[in-house]
Amino acid sequence: MRDLRVVRGRAVVLERLSLTVARGVVTGLLGPSGSGKSTLMRSIVGVQRVAGGTVDVLGEPAGAPSLRRRIGYVTQAPSIYADLTVRENLRYFARLLNASLEQVDEAIETVGLGRHAGHVVGRLSGGEQARASLATALLGSPELLVLDEPTVGLDPLLRRDLWDTFQRLAAAGKSLLVSSHVMDEAERCDRLLLLRGGRLLAWGTPAELRERTHAQALDDVFLRLIEAQ
Amino acid sequence: MSARATWATAVRVLAQLRRDPRTILLIVGVPCLLETLLKEIYSGRPAVFQHVGGPLLGLFPFVSMFVVTSVTMLRERVSGTLERLMSMPIGKLDLLTGYASAFAVMAVAQATLVSLLAFGLLDLHVAGPRWGVVTLAVGNALLGMGLGLLVSAFARSEFQAVQFMPAVVLPQFLLSGILVARHDMARWLQIVSDVLPLTYAYDALAGIVRGGPYGGRFVLDVGITAGAVLVALALAAVTLRRRTG
Ligand SMILES: Nc1ncnc2c1ncn2[C@@H]1O[C@H](COP(=O)(O)OP(=O)(O)OP(=O)(O)O)[C@@H](O)[C@H]1O
Ligand SMILES: [Mg+2]
Repeated sequence: MRDLRVVRGRAVVLERLSLTVARGVVTGLLGPSGSGKSTLMRSIVGVQRVAGGTVDVLGEPAGAPSLRRRIGYVTQAPSIYADLTVRENLRYFARLLNASLEQVDEAIETVGLGRHAGHVVGRLSGGEQARASLATALLGSPELLVLDEPTVGLDPLLRRDLWDTFQRLAAAGKSLLVSSHVMDEAERCDRLLLLRGGRLLAWGTPAELRERTHAQALDDVFLRLIEAQ
Repeated sequence: MSARATWATAVRVLAQLRRDPRTILLIVGVPCLLETLLKEIYSGRPAVFQHVGGPLLGLFPFVSMFVVTSVTMLRERVSGTLERLMSMPIGKLDLLTGYASAFAVMAVAQATLVSLLAFGLLDLHVAGPRWGVVTLAVGNALLGMGLGLLVSAFARSEFQAVQFMPAVVLPQFLLSGILVARHDMARWLQIVSDVLPLTYAYDALAGIVRGGPYGGRFVLDVGITAGAVLVALALAAVTLRRRTG
């Protein structure tokens, strides 16, 4: 990604943003609310109108039709049909991706919704809806997963399980870009991108960032980076 | 174009409708109620019912599908599912034809049931073939769907989407000639009605009610109605953006 610039409404949301996301690892995208995380992810997926710069994904320009099978995307708000069951939702998206029905069941298990597979999404809790939305992104074995705050509102146990899943996927060669507010989730990422006010504040492995700032907790790392700016 | 994506979308839209029996009931029940009312209101002047009942049968699906589609599509935009679809391997035309197929199925069901009532119980007579009325009803459903998809791009809320109904549908209805013959209208109203698609849809229906002639004028009416469906769908496709602000 080079010199990406995005204007939404009247505001410049991303300004001269250049960065690289490594393949085969989990990259955490962190930053305060309104820093442009979702906008950055939308640009990578190719659904955001951009005002300048170039974004290349898996060797092709972002938004290229051939990428639509290779990227799994979860929007911040659950984007599934509230009036269908979890399984009906997944079956629909699986048909579009030409994914098998076994994959539907696998994805439902992965996000721990087995018990709710036959339930109408609109009557599930917020966290369950978020998980159903996440499950659809796992269909079709995409090479890159772009997950916008996938673990918000989940209990610690489930969060741990999902992060285990993310790391397992990365170990299997997938690339993941996961945004989060929560610093303790940053610990579980291989690489971090810290975004603030539409600019890249810092990047590197958690260990590198600790060393650079002489702080232990990643919260403090972030604070020191802001102060040093 | 992918038949699989179209089929999957049609099945999905129908599954969503099935979860909403009240809407289905409204789609079928309201026209039945209105046809019955019309019959009763004009019980002293049965000729009026015979004149208006047939065309109305063919125009109901236009109104129903306009409302249902604009709200469904708006939900698709607001809930983020459209954004997800636009990041997935599905063509805009696949999505739209999927929608069109699902609503065509609904329109066939609606027109058939209302016909059974009108022709069977209410003694409605048309001089032309009844299947012609049902076929035109389905065409009008697709026209309503195309316009509904189109206006959903300009609505920010379901409330606005529903308000487009009186704005887009009612004037076309009033000017189509169903209430007052077009040659009795002021000149400028005639000119306005000349460019509204429902005018031609009504003319074609009125042709069947009269029992012909099915000459050039009728063919032109049907052709313009079909053309309007395609134009509305094409414009709707343009409002589906892969990238948004
Ligand atoms: N649809 C929109 N139209 C106009 N401006 C927008 C729109 N969406 C977001 N913005 C603006 O863009 C900026 C970045 O938003 P973005 O959603 O990318 O932030 P974020 O980092 O994902 O925040 P959060 O952590 O709260 O999800 C915000 O200042 C916001 O006001
Ligand atoms: Mg966000």
